[in-house]
Amino acid sequence: MTQAAAMMSPLPSEQASAAVPLPLKVRGMTVSYGATPAVFSADMDIAPGAMTAIIGPNGAGKSTLLKATLGIIPRLSGQVEVFGQPLDRVRARIAYVPQRASVDWDFPTRALDVVEMGLYRQLGLLGRLTRQHRSLARDCLDRVGMADFAGRQIGQLSGGQQQRVFLARALAQGADLYMLDEPFAGVDAATEKAIIDVLKSLKDEGRTILAVHHDLSTVPDYFDNVFIINRSPVAAGPVATAFTETALQSAYGGRLATGLLDQLFPSAGPAPMPQPFPTLDA
Amino acid sequence: MGSEFVALSLPPILIGCLAAVACALPGNFLLLRRQALIGDAISHVVLPGIVVAFLLTGMVSTWPMMLGAAGAALVAVALIQIVQRVGRIEPGAAMGVVFTTMFAGGVLLLEQSDTSNVHLDVQHALYGNLESLIWLDATGWHSLLDPEALAWLPPELTRMAVVAALVALFIAALWRPLAISTFDEGFARTIGIPVTLLGLALVVVSAMAAVAAFDAVGSIIVIAMFICPPAAARLMTDRLATQVWISAGLALVSAVLGYVLAGYGPLWLGADDAVSAAGMIATVSGLILGGAALFGPKRRGQSG
Ligand SMILES: Nc1ncnc2c1ncn2[C@@H]1O[C@H](COP(=O)(O)OP(=O)(O)OP(=O)(O)O)[C@@H](O)[C@H]1O
Ligand SMILES: [Mg+2]
Repeated sequence: MTQAAAMMSPLPSEQASAAVPLPLKVRGMTVSYGATPAVFSADMDIAPGAMTAIIGPNGAGKSTLLKATLGIIPRLSGQVEVFGQPLDRVRARIAYVPQRASVDWDFPTRALDVVEMGLYRQLGLLGRLTRQHRSLARDCLDRVGMADFAGRQIGQLSGGQQQRVFLARALAQGADLYMLDEPFAGVDAATEKAIIDVLKSLKDEGRTILAVHHDLSTVPDYFDNVFIINRSPVAAGPVATAFTETALQSAYGGRLATGLLDQLFPSAGPAPMPQPFPTLDA
Repeated sequence: MGSEFVALSLPPILIGCLAAVACALPGNFLLLRRQALIGDAISHVVLPGIVVAFLLTGMVSTWPMMLGAAGAALVAVALIQIVQRVGRIEPGAAMGVVFTTMFAGGVLLLEQSDTSNVHLDVQHALYGNLESLIWLDATGWHSLLDPEALAWLPPELTRMAVVAALVALFIAALWRPLAISTFDEGFARTIGIPVTLLGLALVVVSAMAAVAAFDAVGSIIVIAMFICPPAAARLMTDRLATQVWISAGLALVSAVLGYVLAGYGPLWLGADDAVSAAGMIATVSGLILGGAALFGPKRRGQSG
């Protein structure tokens, strides 16, 4: 975490971007569906080899930020750099798992077929799926605990199982930057554990993970960095310095249960996070 | 018997088979993209394109007309996008507006221009005239190896064969991006598949198949083949590749069985006239779909 802290503090981060480009760098992103922007003037730097949580209330523009970053929806303004390059050059290095896959659940495709779609970039347009590819896809299903469902039609899986199949597809992509929109939504505790283990192993392999996350109580456990947003960024940086009561109150507009805040930021007694509340440096 | 069959029955059966397969193949993707009626709509939309092609070339020949038709299909797709964006209405409504407008435009064009010597009659448009596509130069099976006789094959046969081959090639070559973008458009975009372009290409290829088949066998087969074999195949499998193969098989079965039943069925029943082959082919494909809906192993709610 200290390493991440060094990376996220303003000055070294600028230096780092000169040497090794950041996995993701967003500048001045504004996205609008109608009259008022859903994301306004957002800058975001994502540190390499770390897990970053995007946090904010419902409708804060978290999904919008991810989608616009990936060019799935158009943006009004803003630049996106992925590993120091324009998006189109580095698509093969990004994997994205949407909040809820907006797919046709009746589609004639099985769990394994979906995972194999993740190999598209590796195969190219005309490449054939070999036995190695097939077993790679099976491994990915196995890693998310879905090996037994390889032959199941995608619509005949439960919501949490479907979510895991899409995570397995992202794994098959062998990306360096993973962008996951609420990977833990609607999954049981055991599955959440399985998914976080997979993500941590990705991190250990040096990959970068960016995940929209709602459960504030697990943020310090799961993540190195946070990016707190409510239409515009509220705070960003290592959990130790940026994940503060002030930032959360400001993002959630004082709608957070005090019980949760007390648990996260106990003012006395044995604290899980011993730091005093730093003020926002932004 | 052999010579009669080769001259009178083989060409229509082959044309029927090729038309059926050429429509059923892209029909799989159109169906999964909830665009199945595009096959039907295309036959309306392409009218202005065909008329314009006729006005430009001054003759009734198929290739320019097919180009005109493909052009019109492209214009239609672009218009649909525009209407959808600008009018902020759902795709179905946008399609409806564009299709009727373009068809009306085609009718107006037809009336305004001197095309009275081209007759478009409804009977022909609906049922084509499969039975008339005969190969008089054939004297038996050996004619299939005789270049001189082959030169006089009905032109519809060659044309339909070329179009069916192009359609199959398109789908085989772009199989994976087509499948991925049909299943999950957002994902397809993020991995850099040109989703919009591919969707356009699919519509254009479908339009090509529709127009070629429309010309050879009439619109009723086109509509039936775009929908029935793929829909029936979907009820029999949970894998896209298998579905496409089954749909091609069902299209062939419909074409052959439909032709034979149309030619001989009424005789067997004691009537003395054959019925329209195109109508019978469409009917058979409909019956197959009905059977699949009743007995298919992958019906909805059927665990698999
Ligand atoms: N397709 C859309 N058309 C119009 N408005 C939209 C659309 N998608 C999202 N919005 C609006 O944009 C804002 C941001 O939505 P977004 O989905 O990015 O929120 P989010 O932070 O992901 O929320 P959640 O936590 O509920 O997933 C919301 O006010 C939402 O109503
Ligand atoms: Mg969201």
